[in-house]
Amino acid sequence: MNQQLRPPRRVVADRVTLAHGGGGKAMRDLIEDVFTSVFAPPGMEDQARLMHPSLLEPGAQLAFTTDSFVVSPMEFPGGDIGTIAVCGTVNDLVVGGARPLWLSAAFIIEEGVEITTLRRIAASMQAAADEAGVRIVTGDTKVVGKGSGDGVFITTSGVGVIPPGRNLVAGSVQPGDVAIVNGVLGDHGAAILAARGDMALTTDITSDCQPLNHLMEAVLAAAPGVRAARDATRGGLASALNEIADAAGVGVEIMETDLPLRPEVKGVCEILGLDPLYLANEGTLVLFVSPDQAETALAAMRATPEGQGACIIGRATASHPGTVVMKTVFGGGRIVDMLVGEQLPRIC
Amino acid sequence: MNYADEFRDPVAARGVLAAIARVTDEIGATKEKPVHIMEICGGHTHAIFRYGLDKLTPPGLEFIHGPGCPVCVLPMSRIDECVEIAERPGVIMTTFGDAMRVPGHRKSLIQAKADGADIRMVYSPLDALELARRHPDREVVFFGLGFETTTPSTALTILQAAADNQTNFSVFCNHITVPPPIKALLDDPHMILDGFVGPGHVSMVIGVRPYDFIARDYGKPIVVAGFEPLDLLQSVLMVLEQIRDGRAEVENQYSRVVPDDGNPVSLAACAEVYEPRPSFEWRGLGEIDASGVRIRPAYAAWDAEVKFGVGYGKGPRMVAEPDGCRCGDVMTGRIKPHACPQFGKGCTPEMPLGALMVSSEGACAAYYQYGGLRLEEAL
Repeated sequence: MNQQLRPPRRVVADRVTLAHGGGGKAMRDLIEDVFTSVFAPPGMEDQARLMHPSLLEPGAQLAFTTDSFVVSPMEFPGGDIGTIAVCGTVNDLVVGGARPLWLSAAFIIEEGVEITTLRRIAASMQAAADEAGVRIVTGDTKVVGKGSGDGVFITTSGVGVIPPGRNLVAGSVQPGDVAIVNGVLGDHGAAILAARGDMALTTDITSDCQPLNHLMEAVLAAAPGVRAARDATRGGLASALNEIADAAGVGVEIMETDLPLRPEVKGVCEILGLDPLYLANEGTLVLFVSPDQAETALAAMRATPEGQGACIIGRATASHPGTVVMKTVFGGGRIVDMLVGEQLPRIC
Repeated sequence: MNYADEFRDPVAARGVLAAIARVTDEIGATKEKPVHIMEICGGHTHAIFRYGLDKLTPPGLEFIHGPGCPVCVLPMSRIDECVEIAERPGVIMTTFGDAMRVPGHRKSLIQAKADGADIRMVYSPLDALELARRHPDREVVFFGLGFETTTPSTALTILQAAADNQTNFSVFCNHITVPPPIKALLDDPHMILDGFVGPGHVSMVIGVRPYDFIARDYGKPIVVAGFEPLDLLQSVLMVLEQIRDGRAEVENQYSRVVPDDGNPVSLAACAEVYEPRPSFEWRGLGEIDASGVRIRPAYAAWDAEVKFGVGYGKGPRMVAEPDGCRCGDVMTGRIKPHACPQFGKGCTPEMPLGALMVSSEGACAAYYQYGGLRLEEAL
């Protein structure tokens, strides 16, 4: 039957049941009513069929990434699991210098999840996709029995194009390069922690989740001397810096006094004994740029909405290769290592 | 959090650091013949490394990192018993998160969880009691551990469970007390300590009088300290001034939080619920007289040792520490963490061999994580 001729499918249930995963009419109702009516993919075949002129440019590279999202709670101040499922994958493309184009979205839904919750998540995903200028072009849903999941898990894969001539690689960072972040640290981790309700903390902190492609394009246009970037998600800034120090065989030195932190985030960390350097972010990246272009990159970042709080936090060094060292407020020093385990469960 | 920032003011810190250097000089302490000050509490150890304070104090002043990390000193046999209880059918074991990775002889709690035991992290014993209410068909056990800082909350939870007649809840009690191990350290014939920085949060509960014996019987100064960098530095200065002046007193730097007589409500709850054990094993230090508490017979219905028949002293104690592990020597100040042959080799925070590598408050873990030897090599 021609899809245009039949009335749109509607979900009648209030909650997801195993029937919505059964491959029959209920599943079609769920997919069309809740997901594809919002995402408006370019076709309903079993695969998305895509073309983009930038792929034809000589020297262009395809960038392809995937990430799964299991955050608890699913909805939190500043976003929900749908927002970070889009932003996280977009940003994984962006930090490699890619222009994101298309996403897939696969949902594992636990029996009993409210349909209205799914609608909110789908709306958040589309809003984030619109903000980033990407399309959600293909997807999948599975339903698992009560107790076999925890609400909704989402896996998104992303495809983008790296324009000719761009080569952002962690290993290319040189001693002397300057480290810049685009804004305050730890908001996402602190917001999730407060939203979880275990601690009876009341704060106004909201997650920082946002796509960073517009910011990155602005910076790369102004400062082609950007050598590498990382989004500071799980493991926080500390993990991102350690990855770069390790890959490039350089040391990294940061100044505690230069780290941008909201007083509320500092407060949450004080109370719970956490280190903000390890708190997750979902809209924050750190990049390394050659010293002669550091001010240009900083100015370009600050001219974007996502980079208004940008600042220089440190630099790469020839000494202590592979190690991140922080100068404390007193002028003492300490090593900032990778997390051993997990500071918090399920933050993204 | 301006309140905290005031205690991290670099300008004020420089002033105190200069005074520390001056008094260390006046004492005549040098790198070769240093003055040894022990910070008892793991929270202080963590703060020293987190702020790099040991790099800012003069070479004639040496910090010895004390036994005040409850997770670190927990003997392996108690982890084994906790795992054994957790693996019984119908049990939900609840614990503070930092106990999850402590190695037992067979496995840690995190491994037992992966193997299928129902082990859940809680932030308070009251959360465990709430879990018992919601799961009347299950036995909910709280893994009670810690010093006098956490002991009262466990006691109050037991009192609440008794008032509610919540019979499917019990506590596996491993609470320990601060003063006895200090006495054990002072009785060690090889003792080199010149003074102590006393634990702030423990003292909030017990007050400062339980430390009188340190000054009176052993002639050593002790200053109860807060946890901000300036608190710590000021307390160190106060200890040094006592040494210089030939005084041995109990002083309270943290008087904004610590009343001299402690917290009477907490102490009353503890006295109601607990009695001292004849002795308790400390990892790295061995058995120490009257250093732990157990639940009184009147509250046996909420005592997991009674309920599950794993009473302290029933199994073999004093199980040997792993080969080459020198946690005891580090805790008594005989060696620095990196002088242990296993440090950073067979023993890392990822795969801790000895007690002091287990928790971020352990001296070896703090040393490994925040610098110590690696930082000296790096800078």
